[in-house]
Amino acid sequence: MFGFVASRVARAALTIGFVVTFAFVVLRLSGDPAMLIMSVDAPPEAIEAFRKAWGLDRPIWEQYVAYAAKALSGDFGNSMRDGRPAIELVLERVPMTLAITIPAFLIKIGLGIPAGIFAALHRNSVLDRLTMTVSVAGFTVPSFVLALLLVLVFSVQLGWLPSSGSESWQHAILPIITLGVAGAAVLARFTRSAMLEVLGQPYIRTASAKGVPWRRVVSGHALPNAAIPTVTIVGFMIGSLIAGAVVVESVFAWPGVGRLLVASVANRDLAVVQAILLAIAISMVAANLAVDIAYGWLDPRPRRGRAHA
Amino acid sequence: MTAPLLEARSLTRHFVVRQGSWPASHKALLRAVDGVSLSVGKGRTLGLVGESGCGKSTTGRLLLGLLDPTAGEVLFEGQPLAKAGSADWRRQRQLMQMVYQDPLGALDRRLKVAEQIGEALEIHHPEFSRSIHRDRVAAAIEAVGLQAHHADRYPHELSGGQRQRVVLARALILQPRLLVCDEPISALDVSIQAQVVNLLLDLQHSFGLTYVFISHDLKVVRQISHDVAVMYLGRIVEYGGAESLFHAPQHPYTQALLAAIPSVQQRGIARPTPLQGDPPDPAAPPSGCAFRTRCPRAVQICAEAMPALRETGGGRKVACHFVEPDAAAGLAAA
Amino acid sequence: MDKLVEIRGLTVDFAQGGRSIRALHGIDLDVGAGEAVGLVGESGSGKSVTWLAALGLLPGTASIRGSVMLDGRQMVGAPRSMLETLRGRRVAMIFQDPSSSLNPVFRIGRQIGEALGLHRGLKGAAAEAEAKRLLDRVGIANGARRLRDYPHELSGGMNQRVMIAMALAGEPDLLIADEPTTALDATVQAQILALLQEIRHESGMAIVLISHDLGVVAENVDRVCVMYAGRLVEEAASDTLFDRPRHPYTRGLLAALPALDGPRTRLVSIPGSVPEPWNLPKGCAFAPRCGEADEACHGSQPPLVPVNAAERVLCFRTRYFPDAPASQPQPVPALQDAAFREAVL
Repeated sequence: MFGFVASRVARAALTIGFVVTFAFVVLRLSGDPAMLIMSVDAPPEAIEAFRKAWGLDRPIWEQYVAYAAKALSGDFGNSMRDGRPAIELVLERVPMTLAITIPAFLIKIGLGIPAGIFAALHRNSVLDRLTMTVSVAGFTVPSFVLALLLVLVFSVQLGWLPSSGSESWQHAILPIITLGVAGAAVLARFTRSAMLEVLGQPYIRTASAKGVPWRRVVSGHALPNAAIPTVTIVGFMIGSLIAGAVVVESVFAWPGVGRLLVASVANRDLAVVQAILLAIAISMVAANLAVDIAYGWLDPRPRRGRAHA
Repeated sequence: MTAPLLEARSLTRHFVVRQGSWPASHKALLRAVDGVSLSVGKGRTLGLVGESGCGKSTTGRLLLGLLDPTAGEVLFEGQPLAKAGSADWRRQRQLMQMVYQDPLGALDRRLKVAEQIGEALEIHHPEFSRSIHRDRVAAAIEAVGLQAHHADRYPHELSGGQRQRVVLARALILQPRLLVCDEPISALDVSIQAQVVNLLLDLQHSFGLTYVFISHDLKVVRQISHDVAVMYLGRIVEYGGAESLFHAPQHPYTQALLAAIPSVQQRGIARPTPLQGDPPDPAAPPSGCAFRTRCPRAVQICAEAMPALRETGGGRKVACHFVEPDAAAGLAAA
Repeated sequence: MDKLVEIRGLTVDFAQGGRSIRALHGIDLDVGAGEAVGLVGESGSGKSVTWLAALGLLPGTASIRGSVMLDGRQMVGAPRSMLETLRGRRVAMIFQDPSSSLNPVFRIGRQIGEALGLHRGLKGAAAEAEAKRLLDRVGIANGARRLRDYPHELSGGMNQRVMIAMALAGEPDLLIADEPTTALDATVQAQILALLQEIRHESGMAIVLISHDLGVVAENVDRVCVMYAGRLVEEAASDTLFDRPRHPYTRGLLAALPALDGPRTRLVSIPGSVPEPWNLPKGCAFAPRCGEADEACHGSQPPLVPVNAAERVLCFRTRYFPDAPASQPQPVPALQDAAFREAVL
């Protein structure tokens, strides 16, 4: 058990390190923050001074070593725009993002899983086809299109809900629906196929043959097995609670982490971008770890490996 | 005496496996095949029988060089198997073919019968003209008892028995000398099995083919084999001529195996108590004789020493402490 | 003998891609209390479908007609709740592949316990004690520990024993064993068949043994029904059927079996192959493969008619070979290999 956890943690650390390094290199090669942050007509000496102040004049590997050393001690640098610690800027946006992603996550689970189960149990019925058509539409339509569509209907035509901003709880409704519907569609499709696969297994027939009522065959025998593959995608959804709303936040002008990311990339506010990517990587890796542990708990079968002597 | 077409010397193949569920898992050595020696003469059939996990399929793959042995060697026409990829290897490959159990799985669903059969010919003999190619395919189709119109069918349009004929035709197109058949009729219906068994015998007669016939169905093995090797946990425990071995099995395992076969002819005849338990885990074999945990005759020595495969007369070899070796054979050897 | 199950005119159609395919063409079959009946046939002959239909275990694409009476109660078209009270309790079923027939994520104890709770109202310690007793009954030693095992931790033979224990949990009157040993090794098959015999003699439970293996059926049942292409083609007491098979298909099957002892002779195979259910010939489904078939056989469907009180045959030509012994291929001496080769070729 210790070996298992240790190897997973080591792999997770490696993944995070790789993400941070990759982002560091790409960001520094893709544009000069000094040119973007300083005004266009700033004197060359001022720009040079800015570069020197942020260490941008040094070779990239030196910058990297300095960054990594600081990061290991918990200092992720300061924003080039307002000089505040990058991590602080990111953390204060997290609650705003979670305010829309967590309700959206609940919609995905609450709508997607039951819809998938229902469709599987009524395979090839009119309702199954309808559910699956809606689901295909739900995840093929890009989220910004869906968002604009919702704005068109509920804000412009009906005037029921605000189209952007974050002043009241009503402002959160359209972003939540946009995120939730797309995710629910994916989850419904995934759950349906997992469920269909399980319902065709011999042990389901065994359960029926021994007199287990159908409802209990579904809830007691089929669901625990169908949950095993479904956990992977739910884990991915949990992992993207922080990062999964970039487009939607931009469309609805919702001041969350995603919007901060877009703005910071545009400005080459390197420390902030790095901090956000780090947060995303950590949440993804943590979710993955949780999925692995959930697997071991849901499925007693070992995953076998075989090698040549 | 002429040299055998196929010979295996102390063929051994080990796998490293993981045992137990993950917090408590550990590596173990699985001796899938452990020192198997056999030889098959040209035009003859060796039946390889045993229960699942006894190593018979692994042996088949080792014999064809589809799997590398951990130790031991295979000789084909007196020559060791050539290195994969070499010219000798390509030549040997044509002469040694495998026939698998599941004909639908072994065939490509998107290719017509004639294309399936001709594919290998194209690879090995690109120099053949279109007409030679067509004639060879037609001959193979005819040889396995299919009709010319089957050539344009797809596998899913054929019955199970016809598919197995296609698989055979595909194996025969390169005019091999050896066919290793791994459960070639197990997936077929009873009424079709007899057709394929007869076909295999006819093909052997017509083309002088040599077979290694791997099966758990002892009745079919007896029908088709000249010699039979009974395997248990990676080793041969009894070896002999098919009729004499089936008529008078000497190893307790062979005896139990034969007694376990339900038969129409022998219904109503009281049977000995079936063998208890399952074959042991090949990754954790018992000490001494591997069969001792299920053997009704096992005594102390069976746990202490592994019995060697010894001549018992009449070409029979048995690995059992209770079976007396043939004194004459022993003297002759000395 | 009391009739336990009475099947009349059972027909099953499967809806497949807009068309309807008939898998079962009107089966009449009785099972008496405590009787052992064998059902033999090749894949697609309808032997499993018959019993899955009777218990309502077929998928929704199947439409079932006819009558299945269990203790005077009609099962065809019965509400699901009624079928659920009969399944496992009056009629239990075990299947071909024991390892995938048990739920992989639950311990053995829980799966047996579920049946005990459903049918006998046992829970907790009482259920565990009974589950342990059942495992002991089916020859699994160390029951207390095995109850905590998962199916993947047991061998195929052990899992089939668990399936049998689970079937016994409801103390049923009839056990349908659908190819119970097909996935098992020969020595384990013998163990399971011996166990089923033993349980039957002890409990008086009736058994329907479905198998493609004539040998398995021959040694374990009182009465045999042979099925071909969705129809019952011959029914007789086991000894009668194997000593004096009447239907050309049954004769063909027996002739196609290699012997385990005695001289080796060339097998007499049945030509052709089983027709697809959507492509059945007009008359008798076996006629295209039958050496005895005449115009009548190709023109119309023969009925299943009694030959005497205990035998029924579906064949127009049966009268030509009344009570004749099975046509045995002539044995050819085959002491030498060369002689054997010549004999079989």
